[in-house]
Amino acid sequence: MKHNTAAIVTDNLAKIHGGLTLDAYKNLSTDSAISNMAQCKQYIVPLQQHIGVISQPLVKAGDRVLKGQMLARPGDLLSAAVHAPVSGIVTDIKQHEIPHISGLSDLCIFITNDFKDEWLERQPLGDEYNHTSSSNLRKIVRDAGIVGLGGATFPSSVKQTEMNVATLLLNGVECEPYITCDDMLMREYAKEIISGADIIGHIIKARQCIIAIEDNKPEAIEAMQSVIDQEGTGFFKINIIPTKYPSGGEKQLIQIITGQEVPKGRYPAELGVLCHNVATAYAIHRAIHEAEPLISRIVTITGHGITKPQNIQILIGTPMQACIEHCGGYTKNSDELIMGGPMMGFSLDTDTLPVVKATNCLLVTATEESNHKPKHLPCIRCGKCVEACPVRLLPQQLYWYASSHNIDRLHEHNLFDCIECGCCAYVCPSDIPLVQYYRHAKTLIWQQERERRSSDISRERHEAHQRRLEKIKREREEKLRKKRELLKKKSAAAASGSENDKTKTDTDNKRAVIAEAIARAQAKKAAREKDKKSG
Amino acid sequence: MLFKRTPSPHIKQNITVQNMMYNVLYALVPGTLASIYFFGWGVLFNLIIAITVCLSTEAIILKLRQREVTNTLMDGSALLTACLLALALPSLAPWWITVIASISAIAVAKHLYGGLGFNPFNPAMVGYIVVMISFPLEMTMWSAPMGVTIGNASGWPDFSTTFNWVFSGNLPYGKTIDSISMATPMDLIKTQLNQLHDVIETRNNIEYSALFSSISGTGWQWVNILFLGGGIWLAKKEVIDWRIPTAFLLSLIFIANIFAVMDYSTNSSALFHVFSGGTMLCAFFIATDPVTACTTPKGRWIYGIGIGILVYIIRSWGGYPDGIAFAVVLMNIAAPLIDYYTQPKVYGDPDR
Repeated sequence: MKHNTAAIVTDNLAKIHGGLTLDAYKNLSTDSAISNMAQCKQYIVPLQQHIGVISQPLVKAGDRVLKGQMLARPGDLLSAAVHAPVSGIVTDIKQHEIPHISGLSDLCIFITNDFKDEWLERQPLGDEYNHTSSSNLRKIVRDAGIVGLGGATFPSSVKQTEMNVATLLLNGVECEPYITCDDMLMREYAKEIISGADIIGHIIKARQCIIAIEDNKPEAIEAMQSVIDQEGTGFFKINIIPTKYPSGGEKQLIQIITGQEVPKGRYPAELGVLCHNVATAYAIHRAIHEAEPLISRIVTITGHGITKPQNIQILIGTPMQACIEHCGGYTKNSDELIMGGPMMGFSLDTDTLPVVKATNCLLVTATEESNHKPKHLPCIRCGKCVEACPVRLLPQQLYWYASSHNIDRLHEHNLFDCIECGCCAYVCPSDIPLVQYYRHAKTLIWQQERERRSSDISRERHEAHQRRLEKIKREREEKLRKKRELLKKKSAAAASGSENDKTKTDTDNKRAVIAEAIARAQAKKAAREKDKKSG
Repeated sequence: MLFKRTPSPHIKQNITVQNMMYNVLYALVPGTLASIYFFGWGVLFNLIIAITVCLSTEAIILKLRQREVTNTLMDGSALLTACLLALALPSLAPWWITVIASISAIAVAKHLYGGLGFNPFNPAMVGYIVVMISFPLEMTMWSAPMGVTIGNASGWPDFSTTFNWVFSGNLPYGKTIDSISMATPMDLIKTQLNQLHDVIETRNNIEYSALFSSISGTGWQWVNILFLGGGIWLAKKEVIDWRIPTAFLLSLIFIANIFAVMDYSTNSSALFHVFSGGTMLCAFFIATDPVTACTTPKGRWIYGIGIGILVYIIRSWGGYPDGIAFAVVLMNIAAPLIDYYTQPKVYGDPDR
C-alpha cells in the first residue's frame, strides 16, 4: 500500500467543529498514585473483549493454567487472544453477563486462583526488537492479545499492518471527564510508554511520533517531556492541545493535529497517520520487554459515589465489586455504575461483572448528579445540537427520521458517521436521549440488512430450484423428441418397403399412426413414473 | 449491588426549553414597556386578553388531547405566542380580534399540527394573518403615539375610553374611532403614495410631520430600538441563533437601500424600514422561533434573507401596510426544503 508519506504535522493546531467544554472532575482520582490490589479468589475472563468474533477457547474445565497462558486464540483477523490473569484451575466455561452496552451475556472462562502466581515461562525479546522484522513483532503483539485500550478494542497488530506511515500519533488526550487512567499512566510510566511507542514506530517504520496531550494534564506533559529529552533522538514530539470534548476521538484528534479530515470510509493511514493510545503503547512495551500478555490494565475508579476514588492496576477478569471495595466501597448516595466516562460510557445493572480490556473507568455517580428525567419534551429544533456536533451532522433531523424509521433519509443524513459522542444530547434543552435514538436506528438498519441478505439467499435458492426443474423438463422433452424421430424413421422405412401397393400402404400408414400413438402414450406413462420417482 | 440503567450521556447541560422560553420573554420586556408607553392602555389590554385566551385554549386542548396540562402550560411557549401576538396587534383592536387571533394561533396553528415542536407555521403569525385577512379595518386601529397630536387625536386615549372601546366598542359622546386612532407611519406613506404624494412630501407635511422622528416613526423607533437591545442580549446568551436576525436585517437594509438610492422620493430609506413596524420584533423574536425556522447554519442565512426580501416586497408593493406575518409564514413553508438542501458536509466528506 502506498501512502501519502509527506510529513504533515505542524505546530498549528486545527479546531474541530462543535465540541464541548465540560467540568472535568479529574482531581477526584489523581491525588494518589496508581495502586495495586490484592488478588481475588475467582476471575471471570470473557472470550469477547474486542471487536470481531469471539475467541476460540484452548482450555477446558478442570485444566490448570499458568499466569499469562493463552486461554483462547483469536477467532478471526479482528479478534484477539485472551490470557490467564493468574495461575489456577479453570472451573467452568459458561455464559455470564459481560460489561457490554447490550447488557447481554457471553462465554466466559472462570478461573479459581491458586495464589501461587506461577508464570508461564517467559522469554522477553527486549532490545532485540531493533533487529526483528515488523511481521515478527506484529505476531508478538497479536499473541499478547493487545487491543486498542482507548476503548475501541481494535486489535493493535491489525492496525500496524499499515506500513510506511509517516507519523505515529500517540493519543494521550483523555478528553472525557472523570477518567484519569492515561493521565496517571503518563505520569508514572512515561518511560515505558515512550519505549512502547518506539517499538510501534519500528513496526510501522514511522518517521516521527507526535504525542497529543490535553493542556489540563501538566504533570503528565512534564513527565513525558523529560523522558523525551533524555531520549534525545528528535523522533518524539509533544503537541499540547486545548481541553475540549471530544478531542480524543481518533478522527477528531487527527483533524486537530494535521488539519485534515480522514476521508469518509477510509483509514487514517491514507493521511500518513497511525493513531495509538498511550495505554496501548505501554501494553506493547510490556509484551516486548517483559513477554507479558495483556492481562492487566489501569482503571480509574471514580465519581462522587465512590469513597476513595483512585487509579488501580487491575487484572483483566477481576470482578468489579472487588475493585470498588478496594476503593472503600460506595458512598451512601451512590446512584449509577458506569463503565467508561459520563459522556460515552454505558451504565451497568450490576457490579458482579468482570473488568475487561475495554474498562478504562468505572464511574459511580451520586444521586444529586443524576438528572435523568422520566420523559423528554418534543424537539423544538433549536439547533444547539447542530452547533455541538463534531461531525457536522444534523442531530435534530436524524432524531426526526430515527423516530419515524425513515431509513432512506437516515442514510442521506449520514447516520453512520455519528461517533455517538453524546454532545448533542448533552446540550439538548428538551432532554432527548438522542444517542439512544441513533443507536436504535443503526441496529434497526443492520437488522434489516441482515434480513434482506437472508431473503436474498432464499430467493436465490428458490430460483436455482426453478432452474433445476426446468432443466429436467427440457431434458425429458429432448428424450421424447428423439424417440419420436426414431419412430418416424422406422415407419418411413416400412412405408418405402411397400410403395407399390397403395391400399396396403394406406393401412400401413394407419397402423404406423396407431403404433406411434401407443408409443407416445407409453413414453408419457414412463415419464410420469419417472417424475414420481424423482419428484 | 444492583443499579438502574440509563442511556449515555450521563451528564447534561443545565438548559431547558422552559428557561429558553422565559429568557425570550425577559428580552421582550423593554420593548413591551416602550410599546405601552407610546401606544397606551390598548397594548396592555391586548396582552391581558391574549395571555388569558392563549393559556386557556392551550389548557383545554391539552386536556382534550389527554396530555399533561400543568407542566406543558408552564413551558412558556403559549405565553410567548400570546405576547408576540399581542405586541403585533394594533393597540386599539377590539377584544374579539385578539380572542380570534389567539384561538387561531394556539388551537389551529399549534395544536392541530401536534403541539409544541410539530407546528410548521409560526402560531402567532398565523393568528395575526387570520384576523388581518378577515378584519382589515380593525387591524388599522392604532392609537396615536405618545406626544403626537394630530387633528382630534391627542396621544393615546385614557384608560376608561380605551377600556370601553376595546371591550364594548362604545366611545364617549362625539368621538369616533377615527378621532382616537391613527394610521401608522408606514401605512400613511403607502396611502399617500397612492395619492401621488411622495415620501418626502408626506414626511414634511405639517399635518403628519409629528408622526415621524429622526430615524423612523415617533414611538416606533424606540420600540424597535428596545426590541433590538433585547434581541442582542438573547443572541449573546445563545438562546436564539444570531444568523437569522443578521441575515434578515442585512437583506432588508440591502434591498431597501438599492431602491432608496434609485429613487428616494418614492422609497423610504433602509433605516426607516429597519426601525419601523414589526421589523425588530420579527428579527429577534418571531423569525427566530426555532420550531418553524430553518435549522441548518446555511439554511438560516437563506431563511433570514428570504424574510427580508419578502418583507420589503410586501411593504412596498403589497396590499398590506406591514409584511412581517406573511413573509415569515411564507418562509416557514420553505424551511423544510431549505433544510434538506443545505445539509452541512459531514466530517471527511470528499466533496467538502
